[in-house]
Amino acid sequence: MPNVKSLDDLKKIREEALKKQQLKETSGKTEVIVGMGTVGIAAGARETLKAILSLIENKNLTDIIIRQTGNIGLDSFEPIVQVVRPGEEKVTYGKVNPDMARRIIEEHVLKGEIVKEYQIEG
Amino acid sequence: MRELALHILDIAENSISAGADQILILVEESLEQDHLRIRIEDNGKGMEADTLARITDPFVTSRTTRKVGLGIPFFKAAAEACEGTFNIDSAPQQGTIVEAIFRHSHIDRMPLGDLTGTMMTLLIGSPEIHWIFDYRVDEQQFIFDDEPIKQTLMGIPLSEPAVMKFIRQELTAGIAQARQQITMQP
Repeated sequence: MPNVKSLDDLKKIREEALKKQQLKETSGKTEVIVGMGTVGIAAGARETLKAILSLIENKNLTDIIIRQTGNIGLDSFEPIVQVVRPGEEKVTYGKVNPDMARRIIEEHVLKGEIVKEYQIEG
Repeated sequence: MRELALHILDIAENSISAGADQILILVEESLEQDHLRIRIEDNGKGMEADTLARITDPFVTSRTTRKVGLGIPFFKAAAEACEGTFNIDSAPQQGTIVEAIFRHSHIDRMPLGDLTGTMMTLLIGSPEIHWIFDYRVDEQQFIFDDEPIKQTLMGIPLSEPAVMKFIRQELTAGIAQARQQITMQP
């Protein structure tokens, strides 16, 4: 359980985050969804999600919403990652390993360029 | 699956699918009694007796259209292969408790694996759920309850990079501290 001291640290984190939010425009957030059903987990979906979380943490990327969801219904393409940029259609990627996940974040989430070679029919 | 932490993730996903808004994950390593207990307790919609009977049977489960619960027979088999036991307790509107007990020292027992990775996936990926993680090694106990964190953050999302780092460090340190006893053994 976080102790009082660590919750104080968290309060500082909160204030920093609030300052950043005020500087930014309300540009909408990009959603990244990772399929975490049994087949996805067995195929490595947790490691794919971990790679995404590490990248967000290390590069200090804000305005990305991470979601996990149960079975997406495309078993043979697990692990599956879906990206929804604000105002754009959902893009589905299949057999996404950690390296591919990092590329999807760098190119699609950050720059808006769909990584066509990983894309599948969602 | 090669880690118990991945089974925990899979079972917790069932709890999410069952509409739970509070999920308790208990991992108890008793070196004294030579057992490892994993318990996932949710307040979701629960199951009728016939679904409950069906869900532990791999042949029947794979034929249903619903994919929820697919991993349960594997978790059960993993426990039973280690002189352990497996039990699900559930009733409609009463939530579900899944419990697996392994013989800790059994040669076929899977390693616990990346508990922090599993908890991060659940906490960050399903932030609307109240998560409680209770990890025990003999007399040592580490409880991670995400409620005080969410209260302190007052609306700042858990996926904020600095918050993620904070949670990851809390989990890693708490687990390592509870484990000191194991690693100090010759």
